[in-house]
Formats: sequence, C-alpha cells, structure tokens
Amino acid sequence: MNMPEIVGLFFKASLLLFFILMVVLILTLAERKALARIQQRKGPNRVGFKGILQPFADALKLLTKEDILPASANKQIFWIAPLAVFLPGFLIWVTIPLAKEVVLANLDMGLFYITAISVLSVMGLLMAGWGSANKWAMIGGLRAAGQLISYEIPFIMAILAIGILAQSFNLKEIVDDQARWPFAIKQPLGLFIFLTAGLAELGRTPFDIHHAESEVVGGPFVEYSGAHWSVFYLAEYMNTFTIAVLTVLLFLGGWQSPVLPFSGIVQTVASLSWFLIKTALVIWVIFWIRGTYPRVRIDQLMSFGWKILVPASFINIFLTASVLYYALPHWVITVVSLGFLGVTFYFIKKGSLAGHKQNTVTIINSSDIRAQLSNRAEV
Amino acid sequence: MSVVFFAIAAILVISGGIGVVAARNIVYAALSLLVAMVGTAGVFLIGLAEFLALVQLLIYGGAVVIVILFSLMLTKIQDFEFLTANKQWPIALIVAIFLLGLLGISILVEGSATTTMGSTNISELGLSLFSDWAIPFELASLVLLIALIGAVVVVRRDNGEDK
Repeated sequence: MNMPEIVGLFFKASLLLFFILMVVLILTLAERKALARIQQRKGPNRVGFKGILQPFADALKLLTKEDILPASANKQIFWIAPLAVFLPGFLIWVTIPLAKEVVLANLDMGLFYITAISVLSVMGLLMAGWGSANKWAMIGGLRAAGQLISYEIPFIMAILAIGILAQSFNLKEIVDDQARWPFAIKQPLGLFIFLTAGLAELGRTPFDIHHAESEVVGGPFVEYSGAHWSVFYLAEYMNTFTIAVLTVLLFLGGWQSPVLPFSGIVQTVASLSWFLIKTALVIWVIFWIRGTYPRVRIDQLMSFGWKILVPASFINIFLTASVLYYALPHWVITVVSLGFLGVTFYFIKKGSLAGHKQNTVTIINSSDIRAQLSNRAEV
Repeated sequence: MSVVFFAIAAILVISGGIGVVAARNIVYAALSLLVAMVGTAGVFLIGLAEFLALVQLLIYGGAVVIVILFSLMLTKIQDFEFLTANKQWPIALIVAIFLLGLLGISILVEGSATTTMGSTNISELGLSLFSDWAIPFELASLVLLIALIGAVVVVRRDNGEDK
C-alpha cells in the first residue's frame, strides 16, 4: 500500500462520514415530522421553508452548548464513552455497499465483520453509565448491556440464516442472490426476528428501556450535554440508518429492481436511488412503530427476547439449514415459518406466552365501567 | 507498511496487558483487557487471519469483557482495594512460566513464520471446523462458560460478605 492509495482511502472515508452526517441530519427532521403527523401535530415548521433548516439549527445549538463534566465523574472514561459508541457504528459502514460499485471495501466476510464490530458498541454505553458516577446512568448502562447482549443472539442468528441461504457472507453476493426472489419472501420469520432484534439493538422506542425518561431519567446519557451528547444522538440515528440499510440488503433485494434499462453511470445512479427509496420505506416503518407502540417493561422485554425470539431464531436457522441440506424447494421455508409466526402470534394474543399473567395493569373496557356505574346508581 | 501496523498492535497488546495487571481500579483493569484483546485481533489481521481476528473481537472483545465488566460494575470498588496483593499469584506465576515455555519451545521447534500466509476461504474454514476439528471447536465454547461462571462468582462473593 503506497501513499496515494492511503490518501484516496482517507478521502473516501471522509466522504462516507459526510454522507452519513447528512443522512442523520435529514433523519432527525424526518422523524420529528413523521411523529408529528402520527400525533396530529405540525412538527418543526419555523426555521427555513416548512422547518427544513431545523436540524442545522439544532446542530449549531448543540455544538455551542457548554460541555459539563460532573465533579465525581471519571474523566477519561466519561470523555471516551461517546467515541466508543460512535466508532463501531461507523466502522460497520466500511463494508456496506449502497449500489453495485459504491462500497469502500467489499469484504468476503462482510456479514461476519458487521456482527463482530457491532457488538463492541455496548462497551461505550457501559462506560458512559459507569463513568458518569450517577445512579440513573449506572442503572441505564447495565440495562443497556443486559438488553443488547440478550437481543444480540437472535440478531446474529437471523443474519446467519441469511448467510446459509445465500451460501456467502459477502453482502454483494447476497444481493446478487436475490435477483429473482428477495429473501423477505423466503425468510419471513428471519425478517421478523431481524427487525425486532434490530430495533432492540438500537434502543428505539418500544425497546428504549435503557434511556427511558420516566424510569431512569435518560440512562447512560443523563450527565452528558452539548457536543458529547450530540455524538450519542448521532450514533443512534446512524445505527437506525444502518439497520434500515441492512434490512434492505439482506431481505428486500438491495439495489435489485424490476426494470432499470440503463447502463454505466446512469444505472449506478438509478440503482442507488432505488436502494435509497427502499431504505426510506423501512425507516418510515421504524418511525411508525415508534409512534404506535408504548415502551415495554423490562421484564416483558427480557422474557420476550429469551422465551420467544431466541428459540424462534434457532428454529429459523434449523429450518433453513435442513431445507438446503435435503434440497427441498425453498418455498417450504416460507410456508413453515409463516405457520410458526401465526402460531406464535396466536399464543401471544391468547396471553399464555411471555408472562402476560403477571401484568400489573388490567385493561378495563369503558362499557364495563359504564355498566358498573349504572348498576351502582340503580342500587 | 505492515511493520508500522504490527508495531501499533503490539504496543496495544503490551500496554493493555500491563494495564490489566498493574491497574489499581478493577474497571480500568477490565478496560485494559479489552484494549489487549483488540490489539490481538489487530495482530491476527496483519497475519491475514481475518476470521480469527473477527472471532477475537466477537468473543473476547464483545462477550467476555462485557460479562466481566457487567459484574464488576455491580460490585463496590472498595472491595478491590488490594487488587495487586492477590493470594493467587503463585498459581498465576506457574501458568505464565508454563505458557512462556510452551510458546518458546514451539517457536524454537517450528521456526518463525514457516507457514505461508494467505487469505482464508470461509466455506473451507467452515467445512474443516465442523468435520476435522469439531471437538476442539465445541470445547472452545467452554471459554464463554468459564467467563460467565467467573463473573457470577465475583458478584456472589460480594453478596456473601454482606450477609
């Protein structure tokens, strides 16, 4: 490797960082707008045309805010923690292709690399929690570690099933393998596990118990302010984008499109836009889930992860491997996993799985209350 | 160029190792262990053993160090004031000398860098792991079990003293 190559790589990496920063800025605005639409509000609409410059104003505000170091905090660990969260998330992007030729390094073990690197970001959350010397931060950090370790298993297992199906860990080959049928059709169970575990890995709203404001005030980030807090924020949105991109690459056929009759540079641009449209749809689903579901309780989260998602991911891998080994047609996977999903949902709905009987909150229909009240009035 | 990368990785490994032994604060010791593990992954990467490097990151960097940290953070730091005055040092010394001897002998017998370096093919690797080396491969999972039990033991001893 000589000097110009290194400079070239450095330039490409900076370009990638710039691209991701732009995406994060757009995502913050998009999320606020999407949530506002779900909640019948207007959302940010003052800065620029229809609030389009809001993210820049936010960024400027965060960067100029004072960085406060708590007196009893552990200085080194406190300052390193945001970087330890951001860096693994960014390193994943080395091997993620956005179109056929748009990739920094197409690794043969790309998928394995992604799983191995993404595990490291737990460390940053633990460091932030411990280094802040704050009980809320500490509890939040431990919650984050417990949650991320639990949901890593189904996440990795769902990825592994894709590796088995495509017979490759190379992301480009996986996308090429989906030219006819996207893996979402062959692996509905895998898609469900991947998205659910992915959301839990992100710590987004149905699963955000480690920075739940009403329980642990803000979790590991409670003592952070200004630029260092914004690094955590940046990492969270970057990881959201990563999960959406991975969903498109692994399950929705990546940049494969029904008809794109172009060639050369035009084709690259067209497939890139096609890819980004698919990603935007997945991101919209993620925002939609956030706007729809309330936060789960910590015991529900753990029992759902270990009692449903982990066994389901093992079943998925076993199913995929045996269908390939006995050379059965691939639609067998689809049928069996759809059946399994149906049965699981039926039992969840019935309430005999995931410890629903221990619920502390009982749901009362308004008609029942009215009936009770009217009975009382009659007596 | 690879000499420079090797130097960086070696410095990481050695400084991390010294940190594990010398740090007074047990959380610092665990974080130094992480640095040493990442450095080792770097050394594997320079040797073109990408798979081994990633396994190193996933199992040691991810699982083992996190499980250790998780339990250490639940203990009180005051309990580990005399971290360096540990009664188990004779055992540690014997293990260290044994390992040093083993590595030294194997280098002397095999000579340095006799194997040709080449990028690994993941499907070949998988085939040989699950056929020729199936039992050693399964035994390696004991490492995780030991780390888990060790972490639980550290926390449990703390609880016992409270009672």
